[in-house]
Amino acid sequence: MHQPTNPVANERRELTSFWAGGQEYCVDIMSVREIRGWSAATPLPQSPQYMRGVINLRGAVLPIMDLAERLDLPPTQPSERSVIIVVQVGERLVGLLVDAVSDILSINPDQIQPTPDVGCDQAKAFIRGLITIDDRMVSEIAVERLLPEVEGLAA
Amino acid sequence: MDELEEIKITFFQECDELLGDLESGLLSIDAGATDPELINAVFRAVHSIKGGAGAFGLEALVRYAHVFETLLDNVRGGKTDLRSELVKALLRAADVLADHVAAAKQGGEGDAVSTAAMVEELEAWISGGPVPTAPAEEVNIEPNEDGIVFTPIKLSIPEVDEGPKEQAWTITFQPMDELYSKANEAGLLIREIERLGKIEVELLDDALPTFDSLDPETAHFAWKVRLRTEVQEERIREVFEFVEGHCSTTIVREAPAPTAIEPAAGPDIAAIIAAAQAGDAQAAANSAPSEEATAIAPEPPAASLPAAAVPALAESMSSRGAPPPAPEKGNQATIRVDPERIDKLIDLVGELVINQAMLAQRVSGHGFAASSDVGRGLDELEQLTRDIQDSVMAIRAQPVKSVFQRMPRLVREIAGQTGKQVRLVTEGEGTEVDKTVIERISEPITHMLRNAIDHGLETPEERIEAGKPAEGTVRLAALHRGGRIVIEVGDDGKGINRPRVRQLAIDRGLISADAQLTDEEVDNLIFLPGFSTAAKISDISGRGVGMDVVRKSVQGLGGRISISSKPGLGSMFTLSLPLTLAVLDGMVIDVAGQTLVVPLTAIVESLRPTPAEVKKVGAQGGVLAVRDAYVPLVDIGRVLGFQTVDTNPAEGVVLLVDSEVGGRAALVADSIHGQRQVVIKSLESNYQQVPGIAAATILGDGRVALILDVDALVAMRRRELPRADEPFIEAAE
Repeated sequence: MHQPTNPVANERRELTSFWAGGQEYCVDIMSVREIRGWSAATPLPQSPQYMRGVINLRGAVLPIMDLAERLDLPPTQPSERSVIIVVQVGERLVGLLVDAVSDILSINPDQIQPTPDVGCDQAKAFIRGLITIDDRMVSEIAVERLLPEVEGLAA
Repeated sequence: MDELEEIKITFFQECDELLGDLESGLLSIDAGATDPELINAVFRAVHSIKGGAGAFGLEALVRYAHVFETLLDNVRGGKTDLRSELVKALLRAADVLADHVAAAKQGGEGDAVSTAAMVEELEAWISGGPVPTAPAEEVNIEPNEDGIVFTPIKLSIPEVDEGPKEQAWTITFQPMDELYSKANEAGLLIREIERLGKIEVELLDDALPTFDSLDPETAHFAWKVRLRTEVQEERIREVFEFVEGHCSTTIVREAPAPTAIEPAAGPDIAAIIAAAQAGDAQAAANSAPSEEATAIAPEPPAASLPAAAVPALAESMSSRGAPPPAPEKGNQATIRVDPERIDKLIDLVGELVINQAMLAQRVSGHGFAASSDVGRGLDELEQLTRDIQDSVMAIRAQPVKSVFQRMPRLVREIAGQTGKQVRLVTEGEGTEVDKTVIERISEPITHMLRNAIDHGLETPEERIEAGKPAEGTVRLAALHRGGRIVIEVGDDGKGINRPRVRQLAIDRGLISADAQLTDEEVDNLIFLPGFSTAAKISDISGRGVGMDVVRKSVQGLGGRISISSKPGLGSMFTLSLPLTLAVLDGMVIDVAGQTLVVPLTAIVESLRPTPAEVKKVGAQGGVLAVRDAYVPLVDIGRVLGFQTVDTNPAEGVVLLVDSEVGGRAALVADSIHGQRQVVIKSLESNYQQVPGIAAATILGDGRVALILDVDALVAMRRRELPRADEPFIEAAE
């Protein structure tokens, strides 16, 4: 099993990169289950703004999150070119609504720098590290932190 | 996976089944069954667990199971008499064995202290040897509060055991309504008892109400019969065989003149043990087969051997005495299937149902008539799909037995903690429901049983004072009714103290002081949040989980729970649940451009109100005049946040619903699409619970639709309103 949180030194990692809110981000390719086109989601009541709703993923109910809005960027305007990246977080699947998939990156762990203090809580909370490739900077998303806190079962 | 690990998993699965067989076997024996095959089955269960545990090197489990098995083998061989105290001890031993298995499953070992106490008790029984049945005094060896088990040592007094002897019995017999409705007659039963010996009958008419409140169809009388007879208890029990469950009966042997038997307590313990073993030696020799008698008699018999020597002997006995584990079950050709495979199959069939609906929608969209070849073909496909769905659901259906089996132990524990005497009667264990429901009913049943014993039943003293048998009866039953499963938990306790419940509800601001409530409504006040009738919070019911939480979790499953009560006679919880949590009958509606599904069970009726029937109350609220009552309007779209302005009910559709928390409510929607069976999809598996939404489903067009949680929706609207001083429960209409 690949352990994204504790990469073995010298082991190359592969990442899927994509555009959201005009910036380039990436997630570990091992957590990506599939990439599909945008289809209208059924809105969920009483949910955070960045939850776009749920769609039918071959019989399972898949929540869709607007990644840009989750990162406090302007909300994504879904179009025919928008894509949903289905990522696995623990036992759960979640769909990330992004503008476009751009690349597959193969990097050495030492190419990842820790997130500097950028004075933006959301960015700091959801970004695991920064990767520099040529003159591009790609932020690695910590997918496991994206889902809203599960409400404790108040008894 | 490691191959050994896989076999181990199978072993633990088998252990669960064997422990179930063990307990149900012992319970049947406890209830008076005398079939020798039962004790064989019980023995085999323990033997098989021991054998398997040995193969996996589970030493502690083997050691304990071994002692247990040895005692059972003695019982089986007639060396130890199966008396009521012994059965009780065996039941507790079975509990400890279950603990051991559970611990072994986690890779640990059972609790050493309770094991040591139990082993000591079992060994005492093993060395206790045959004890004469005649003056068997009813020594109650329930563990006391500290869990210490006192083990009386029996003395052999062979002279007493000669032939039947006349004894006095007191039989208390209270018919229930069902006894008469099943065309039985109390008089006939008493005459039947009379044939066994000399009787004196006393009528107990304490429960007879005054004439104006007399219900002629209800049983009010009980009888106390003193019987002098030579026959055994089983013969007396046989009289009541046909009315079992329809009357409460206790049969108590009257204490004979005090004999010199006392539990070992003095300085002479050693002497008593020696005497016991001597008696044992003699009796064991008597019971040995005649051709071996001469050889064995001079030797110390098996049962009185030092503990260390017992295992080897028991081993040899079991190897020739016990048949290979559970051969008689072989004829029910069954296969073991990983439940995940069935779940997968059910999911796939769900997909098929959705796909078939999608196809039908598209075909009709292309203008094919229902009578065309294509239309007919689709009809047949739909029929087939439904049949497949039903058959697949039937595969996953399980009898509620697996849940019921766990309850006797719970009842014993609660009885022990509360100091009450409880007999649990179960009915309808074979009732089948979907696995999804089985997994969820154990908790509400546990709470209902706790409540029935802790709050419902009286202490033995109170019961005797009220003219009831000291032992209370709790009945747990399952049945199918109207496409749902109904679980009933009834007790024969004191019933709900209505004036007190009412006063408490008023004190806590749950109802207004002048609210007019029917008896039934008062009884069901106990389900309101913030209500607890226990004057002192006990360990059992005061675990922070009130009946309101139970009701809420039941409603979450699409079920209902209620209680009915007869003062002085007992209470009954009734829990009804859908047979499956995989599909649901729903009404498909449109709200603010969204398609939603309302569970059909919640809907009383749907109507199109006229403008005159809609009344404004204040700035936001509104009510709908339905016949003579005003029902609060709930705008679904606004409560869920889909719209900010209420839909005009006169332009839309109104669904009258019964919610458990807020009484009747009128849900306002834009339009109704129709009724449909939908496949329930969990929102929680990938996301989390959403307020007001029970689950999701996938409609014919492939889109996700949300299933409303009607109770939560009504509760949300109430919270949204400024807290009016309206009573929590509307006055009865």
